[in-house]
Amino acid sequence: MTENETIAALSTPAGYAGIAVIRISGNEAFRIISEIFKRPGGKSFSQMKSNSICYGHILDEKGAVIDEVLVSKLCAPHTYTTEDVVEINCHGGYAAVREVMSLLIRRGARHALPGEFTKRAFLGGRIDLVQAEAVSDLIASKTELCAKAALNQLEGALSEEIDGIKNDILQLLMQLEVTIQYPEYDIEDMPSEKLMEGLLNIKAKLRNLADSYKKGSMLNEGVKVAIIGKPNVGKSMLLNKLLNKEKAIVTDIPGTTRDVVDEYINLRGLPVRIMDTAGIRSSDDKVEKIGIDRSYKAIKQADYVLLTVNASQPLDDEDMSIINAADTEKTIFVLNKCDIGVCESVSEYLKDFDSVNISAMTGENIKVLEDKIYNRAVTSEEDFAKAALITNERHASLIQGALMSITKAEEAIAQGYPVDISEIDIRDCMDSLGMITGEVTSEDIIDEIFANFCLGK
Amino acid sequence: MTEYEAGRYDVIVVGAGHAGCEAALACARKNKKTLLLTLHLDALAMMPCNPSIGGTGKGHLVREIDALGGQMGKVIDKTFIQNKMLNTSKGAAVHSLRAQADKAKYHTEMKKIIETTPNLYLKQQEVVSLDVDDGRINGVITKTGAHFYAKAVVLASGTYLKGRIVIGEASFDSGPGGITAASMLSDSLRSLGFEIIRLKTGTPARVNKRSIDFSKLEAEFGDDPATPFSFENFDKELNNINYPCYLAYTNEKTHEVIKANLHRSPLFSGKITGVGPRYCPSIEDKVVRFADKTRHQLFVEPEGLDTDEVYLQGMSSSLPEDVQLSFLKTIEGFENVEIMRSAYAIEYDAISPVQLSLSLETKLVKGLFTAGQINGTSGYEEAAAQGIIAGINAANYVDGKNYLVLDRSSSYIGVLIDDIVTKGTEEPYRIMTSRVEYRLLLRQDNADIRLTPIGYKEGLISYERYEKLKNKIDLIEKEIQRLKITKLKPDKQLNDILVSLNTSPVEGAVSVYDLLKRPQVSYAAIAPVDIKRKKLPSDVVRQVEIMVKYDDYIKRQQTQVERFKKIEEKRIPDDFDYSKVKNLRIEARQKLSKFRPVNLGQAGRISGVSPADINALLIELMK
Repeated sequence: MTENETIAALSTPAGYAGIAVIRISGNEAFRIISEIFKRPGGKSFSQMKSNSICYGHILDEKGAVIDEVLVSKLCAPHTYTTEDVVEINCHGGYAAVREVMSLLIRRGARHALPGEFTKRAFLGGRIDLVQAEAVSDLIASKTELCAKAALNQLEGALSEEIDGIKNDILQLLMQLEVTIQYPEYDIEDMPSEKLMEGLLNIKAKLRNLADSYKKGSMLNEGVKVAIIGKPNVGKSMLLNKLLNKEKAIVTDIPGTTRDVVDEYINLRGLPVRIMDTAGIRSSDDKVEKIGIDRSYKAIKQADYVLLTVNASQPLDDEDMSIINAADTEKTIFVLNKCDIGVCESVSEYLKDFDSVNISAMTGENIKVLEDKIYNRAVTSEEDFAKAALITNERHASLIQGALMSITKAEEAIAQGYPVDISEIDIRDCMDSLGMITGEVTSEDIIDEIFANFCLGK
Repeated sequence: MTEYEAGRYDVIVVGAGHAGCEAALACARKNKKTLLLTLHLDALAMMPCNPSIGGTGKGHLVREIDALGGQMGKVIDKTFIQNKMLNTSKGAAVHSLRAQADKAKYHTEMKKIIETTPNLYLKQQEVVSLDVDDGRINGVITKTGAHFYAKAVVLASGTYLKGRIVIGEASFDSGPGGITAASMLSDSLRSLGFEIIRLKTGTPARVNKRSIDFSKLEAEFGDDPATPFSFENFDKELNNINYPCYLAYTNEKTHEVIKANLHRSPLFSGKITGVGPRYCPSIEDKVVRFADKTRHQLFVEPEGLDTDEVYLQGMSSSLPEDVQLSFLKTIEGFENVEIMRSAYAIEYDAISPVQLSLSLETKLVKGLFTAGQINGTSGYEEAAAQGIIAGINAANYVDGKNYLVLDRSSSYIGVLIDDIVTKGTEEPYRIMTSRVEYRLLLRQDNADIRLTPIGYKEGLISYERYEKLKNKIDLIEKEIQRLKITKLKPDKQLNDILVSLNTSPVEGAVSVYDLLKRPQVSYAAIAPVDIKRKKLPSDVVRQVEIMVKYDDYIKRQQTQVERFKKIEEKRIPDDFDYSKVKNLRIEARQKLSKFRPVNLGQAGRISGVSPADINALLIELMK
């Protein structure tokens, strides 16, 4: 099994941060670090106490200093992975991190797989499944808003929401079970209308959760925004302005962007995936044609479309055909080159739509455009921070399953099946939710019965 | 005490209550020379609490015992004085049969069966210690010095072990119903290393029927005709006795008397330390815990036809006798009530059932089996269910045969045994239909189909009965096939029937099978249009109807059972070393080492073992 190997990985986000933390976990962690870590005054790593931090240097095989570091020693089992753990705080930046990592691997560590520390924490019984999954989302989340949602989930907002629904179901099951178990007591059978009402209430809550998955996946995968327009209206320059760097090839030769160029930007924490598309026009160039086809595809996939026109000139046929084909619901009309001037005919034509005058050249009103994108995606801050967001595929499908079971229960009752039959579906629903936050056992139902009803000989 | 050798047997069963009787009969019928020992021959198959057999969940157990070749169903079919199918307004899965018993007749009838069964020897003796040799049972020693030798022993000692009855301020050593307690056997168990737990239960007063004004109570009768428990009686006429029970209510005055005397209750004063079942709360418990309820039901049940004693279900109490009398007198119809036997609480020793294997053999002593209340359960039916399994397995142990283990997907018996053995119990355990995962498959009406082939294989079911069952299964399958291929025209006669049943008419040809799937349509209702139908026995028709109607749900539960069995099949070796499993939490490691589950499914049901532990275990097992 691979579980015994010692693993190492950068545990802070890759990039040019000030400090980078490399984490090592496993039986060999202490052996490896003592071979490469030198403390001033000749003290050894093994003299360090658990949960302490020491200053020193990482040296390579030839004794050359790679980096000046702080090293933490964390002894099993009271660590995140329940194994021996070492954390090296080294200087940020790729060079130092890469050298330390490669040294660790030469000394016998293995590069950790994504989420492997968490997997070990889970297998070690340190965290439960929901927490483990939220951590993996946290790792995968690209920007702060996602991190907020993932953190929220970790703290139990999702668990709380699901436990609430589970309790609703438990109450229903209790009511049904008590009349089955004690048919001769003066407890009235639950009328089917009341059962139905209970089911509909549960269904509505489940549906809310399921819907939040859409928002959640937007957070995880990013809001998809496509920039479209005929060639040479400044799409690539707009992209570069949004990105704050030059990636798309910007020339004034129409048709330079022959493919869809994808980039992520961080819009106040919202990950936005911007797709710069090839300019749309009728073309005989084969390569350009492929690019144009891809542009149409990108428009379809996009959550929002920035339809860009050169506002300094009147709209021509090519502009019009793109405008006429646009889904105005998800379109923001971008009137570019306002530094040169905005034709009245253009602003008059687009006045009923969501539009903004910008200059990709000077950066004028780029902030306004960003606001528009942000406000469309984020209806309220609470969507992100407070709502129990389902951001994980497995949770989403379990909630879908729960929703299906509840619907089946409803149908069974409507068709006139006895309550104990509909209970099979209700219990299935409970089991699906139990796979997210932990099982509800028959003992829980029995506890509930005797806590609420006075029964027995 | 001078011991003397009193005889050699294959199996000795200690205790002749509901567990002991089934165990002894199973052993004797499996041709084992069997000795049944009881503290008192007159207490054989005694019902020291309610005078009834069956009820929700429990009725399922009785049917399953019968399907395996047990005795309980047959005895109650002969001795009931009222019989009723409960939950008929609900689905087939939760229908449960219950009968009021004539207690004396039940005892006499069971005793007669025991006495006339070949290979079975019945003696009045108090067992005081077990003879264990090198981890194997070797026999038992009685109070009078009789040393009986046997290859296997089944302990079914009920609530007799260090039994202590408490009535208000009074308390004294006693078994139930005034029969002497067994004061020494639990010490013997303790010295063998068994963990002993202390449990508590209680029973209400028996009052004189002639002192109650029944005109003020509501009479409740059973079904006419009665439904038999035993599958062997399905085509036989039962007695047609339908004796009424009565319903009465406590009132605020009753509650006032109880509240004013709570300080005299041993439960509240701490005189009783044993843990009682939530299923049988005392009336003082109900009054305290549900203070806003202005009345509680009580059911007045006759103890038999030849006695004036009646049982007051719902009124169990451990308050002093004078308080019992005064609160009963506040009840309408009970103004002049005369108590014949007081209500009491009883504390007794039991063994923690996690010390058992699923066969009901103890893990500590080979050849020693336990069944019934000694295992921390409550109820006659629960006891009998364990009794028949312990008996079968004791005989199999003697013969060197494989143990019979029923799993959770096979029966209520399987659920009961798996629950107590795997999870242990803090209070006397009672079966409930809600404990059963595959309730729709484990119906009381198909217990024979589920278990009679097993009973036949175990030698408790006659060849004739087994053949009869095979014939029944054949008839059911053929009829379902016929319903599938029998198409009906959408004519007026059919549609009139459908409309009259409150279901939509059909436009095209339709199979009888599809019509029967509609919840509103019964097999009988479409008889006029299903003209090729042959006359079938009613139990065959019943099975056909249920199997067609719930087909989709039955199939779903069958798929779940397959999944369940896959995990149950992942066996854990007997000598598995849990200390070697990496990533097992300490609590799980301790629990698993203590319980030694036989498979991964059972491991997962142990409290304190998390899915992460199972994951870690699975990884280790796959190595």
